[in-house]
Amino acid sequence: MPTPPSDLHLQDKRWETIDRVMRRHDFRQDALIETLHAAQDAFGYLDADTLRHIAARLKTPPSKVYGVVTFYNHFKTKPKGEHTLVVCTGTACHVKGNDRVLAWMEEHYQLKPGDTTTDNRISLLEVRCVGACALAPVVIADGSIIAKKSLAESTAMIREWLNDAA
Amino acid sequence: MTQREALQQQAEQRQQVLDAFSHHLLVCAGLGCLHNDEIIKALRKEIAAQGLEQQILVRKAGCMGLCALGPLVLVLPDAVYYQTVTPQDAGEIVAALGKEPVQRLLLPADLPFFSKQQKKVLALSGRIDPENIDDYLAAGGYASAVNAITAMSPPEILRIVGESGLRGRGGAGYPTGLKWATVAQAAGERKYLICNADEGDPGAFMDRSVLESTPHAVLEGMLIAAYAVGAHTGFIYVRAEYPLAVKRLQLAIREAERNRLLGQGVCGTSFDFTVQLRLGAGAFVCGEETALIESIEGRRGTPRPKPPYPAENGLWGSPTLINNVETYANIPLIIARGAAWFAAQGTEQSKGTKVFALTGRIKHAGLVEVPMGMTLREIVFEIGGGIPDGHAFKAVQTGGPSGGCIPAEHLDAPISYESLSALGSIMGSGGMIVMDDTSNMVDIVKYFMEFCMEESCGKCVPCRVGTAQIHSLLQKFCDRQASADDLAALETLCDLVKTTSLCGLGQSAPNPVLSTLKYFRQEYLDRMADPSGPHQEGQL
Repeated sequence: MPTPPSDLHLQDKRWETIDRVMRRHDFRQDALIETLHAAQDAFGYLDADTLRHIAARLKTPPSKVYGVVTFYNHFKTKPKGEHTLVVCTGTACHVKGNDRVLAWMEEHYQLKPGDTTTDNRISLLEVRCVGACALAPVVIADGSIIAKKSLAESTAMIREWLNDAA
Repeated sequence: MTQREALQQQAEQRQQVLDAFSHHLLVCAGLGCLHNDEIIKALRKEIAAQGLEQQILVRKAGCMGLCALGPLVLVLPDAVYYQTVTPQDAGEIVAALGKEPVQRLLLPADLPFFSKQQKKVLALSGRIDPENIDDYLAAGGYASAVNAITAMSPPEILRIVGESGLRGRGGAGYPTGLKWATVAQAAGERKYLICNADEGDPGAFMDRSVLESTPHAVLEGMLIAAYAVGAHTGFIYVRAEYPLAVKRLQLAIREAERNRLLGQGVCGTSFDFTVQLRLGAGAFVCGEETALIESIEGRRGTPRPKPPYPAENGLWGSPTLINNVETYANIPLIIARGAAWFAAQGTEQSKGTKVFALTGRIKHAGLVEVPMGMTLREIVFEIGGGIPDGHAFKAVQTGGPSGGCIPAEHLDAPISYESLSALGSIMGSGGMIVMDDTSNMVDIVKYFMEFCMEESCGKCVPCRVGTAQIHSLLQKFCDRQASADDLAALETLCDLVKTTSLCGLGQSAPNPVLSTLKYFRQEYLDRMADPSGPHQEGQL
């Protein structure tokens, strides 16, 4: 049996939005992915309590909920850092050198895609192609697109953006 | 007044409003033209400062195609394009209206990028405001759907779509008319319609662009299809990575409902059709139709064995019509202009036009629409302007991770489902990535195989294990550790994965390897542990 969510959790107003999504689908099991989207939009990521609550509300085994969450790249089970750097790994971006941007991030910040720095400042994510291929290579810093830059320019901008001259 | 007359009046009123302005400034507001909102603001401010609000209209528009030189601004009625516009250019652009265009920003009027294209699906892209249904109505939008639903019978529509020769634009090229007829004939009280907008091929953005530029054209195509096959509920499964497309679709659905083009009693008839959005969650395999259906049902996106096909047993076990974005966007045109008009374009087996996302090492990267049968050379060197920085063309990759790399000696091949397949590639959904002499083919192939390996859903062994094994063999080539045995194993394994995988992902995953082994074999041989040694291929 799933553990009931803590009271603290339910007091959060954001749960109303998530419950509304489930209600719109009459709490049918096929509402799972839509609900997970709503929950991740609200909380930034999906923690165990959230997943247990959704599983209980949709009368779906937690194992199935976890299976769905881990199947889809979009769903994150860990919180993100204060800033997010998304590197597009689509073909056009690859051909134009984004693999080297990732290598540079690993070398200078010890970050692999999916990682967050220990001080919780920066999260590095990769995305399978944002569809802005004519702007390749594309890096997205906190939602703004850095486009058509060389490796040196990209890394300089990332550095500047991270306010880190080191 | 009938619904039909009301829509006509609405269209005429909008046209009158638009006609009252002497000049229109259309600003591309697609994902590819950054800071377009600031340009729109700057232009409006400039126009207000000069008191020209009654003469000049600034409009948000869809993608104009030449993303490499964006942000683009189109001046009408002059049909002048300005490139790489910044908000600071607003004053100069407004001052030049009705006079000589701003030379500094002007795109040559005879640029092959525009003159060689034949825009049909993209005809309204960049010409209307995607967030305003009246703009679409004024351009003749929804006339086909209204006509189909109020004055045509479903069999008549099925016949027209069948005769047009339209084939699925998602990549596989299955005849659309045949698919529709199967769903129409399938037994079952409830039928569903799905629009596959899970454009997962990296390097492809045709569907994103169509959804962002003319979302109503996709809805109109779905509406006609639903009426023809007898479906009353439709789903658009769209990537979560396309927030702007999602936003515009949501708005378009709301506006269509408000105008009784969707919902209960469409156009005052007894036909009901509702459309809901479903967001993808970053799984490439969900582009496969049965995996997509699993995902709409709220599960992991693992494909089902076929048959039964979705046309007979699809969403929740009901007959389901599933077509791609571009396929639906072709439908209103075919209904308006007829099957013969459509069939007159293209080649014997591949009719109509196709939208491609032309990217990579190419001068004029962007979105293009060309008639089937045009050669790759024309697309790459004329429309695309060739390779920049003095580099040499090496290959063009079509069909994404499921496609192949086509070398220079086949540049004169015409674009069609058959000819691309004969070259060991596929049409695919329309991604076209150009590579030059700086690209290392083994590295590119390893990139695609890593993609397929990570995106394999894990349901069938050949794909789950095979892609990982192929990837590790490719890694050996990259590390110059490969032997002649590895090369032989690579070929055997590719054949095995291709022939025994459950779905299209695994069946086509070896294509990039096979096509490069065919055309760029030397690059593999050069990366063997001892290329000059006794174990060289052919000497065993």
